[in-house]
Amino acid sequence: MTAELARDPSSLVFLELGEALRRVGQLDAASRVLVSGLEQHPDLIGGRDLYARVLVDKGEYARAAQVWGTVLERDARHVGAHKGLGFVSFRGGDLDGALEHLELALAADPTDQSVISALRTVRDAAQELQAEVAPTDAGEDPLFAGLEGAEQGLLLVDDRGRVLGGRLLDRGGREVSEAVAAYLAGAAQEADRTARMLGLGEWRWIVAEGPEANVYVTPPTPETLLLILRDQSVPSGRLAMLAERAGAVARAWLEGQRL
Amino acid sequence: MTTRFRRALDNVTRVRGVRGAMLVAGDDGLIVAESLMEGVRGNAVAALAASLHKRFRQSMDAGAAGAPHFLHLQGDGGTLIVVPAPDGILVVAVGDPNMNVGLVRLEMLRAAEGLT
Repeated sequence: MTAELARDPSSLVFLELGEALRRVGQLDAASRVLVSGLEQHPDLIGGRDLYARVLVDKGEYARAAQVWGTVLERDARHVGAHKGLGFVSFRGGDLDGALEHLELALAADPTDQSVISALRTVRDAAQELQAEVAPTDAGEDPLFAGLEGAEQGLLLVDDRGRVLGGRLLDRGGREVSEAVAAYLAGAAQEADRTARMLGLGEWRWIVAEGPEANVYVTPPTPETLLLILRDQSVPSGRLAMLAERAGAVARAWLEGQRL
Repeated sequence: MTTRFRRALDNVTRVRGVRGAMLVAGDDGLIVAESLMEGVRGNAVAALAASLHKRFRQSMDAGAAGAPHFLHLQGDGGTLIVVPAPDGILVVAVGDPNMNVGLVRLEMLRAAEGLT
């Protein structure tokens, strides 16, 4: 094939040679043959598709996507290009894009088993991702998203007892944020008064242990209160560490609200 | 002050850094018994500790956490701890910011148990 191509550079044998070189892993040689052949036959979309697959094998995903894009400009139903773009999208974490291309590929050729298999893989991945994300969407407050217990045991309150962010649920799963916030503001005022009148300086935090849960309260800023509610298995030292992280998040969030 | 009360409070005040310990009526914040270092204002400590405990009890009830059986306020310049005992009595301790809270807590819980 090499000799034939040397004899006639316009020969279509470059497709066969490029594929053979790709199969044996000689990717640079395959790339050179295909680029050279496509200079002779720029409208040969089968050649572009093959060149894009070589680029994928070389790890040049963005460039491969560009080449497949040019294939679709010429043939919007090209199965190879949709399969390739589906793969590149999936690899880049774009599951929606991957599904879209693979479904278009399947529409173009419903018998292609490789497309059916790829679609199954991407759909499974999308379902797994949705299952992981769903609890966050359902319950976790965006202010404390990612922090331990953000969905049920972190609350930021202003000094007048209004909820600013976070969420508290009791053991039965009942929302108690508003009620706790209302009482907490009064408790914090009492803490301030107590610390001042007894010469204890500025109050930094209060830990209260109850029969059902432990509570940690601290003012991340002079105008706000952060409350952490946890079951009794969580020691106060861990509550303090969590409060430090949540306090930093709250301060950054409050700063953002003022801008 | 009865010997029983005195003994309960002495075990608390013996811990390094504790400035004073008291038994306080939780309802009205009045002193039942006290063992305080000079300069500690017993009436203020009793009233404020009782009020603080009451406020936190309300907050924790609202959160279904139950009435607090240990309350620790940490300030830059000192520490206040409240432990409820039977019959509406509160055991209260006030001390330095770096006092051994673990030991104080232990003695206060013992004191509270001793009042039964």
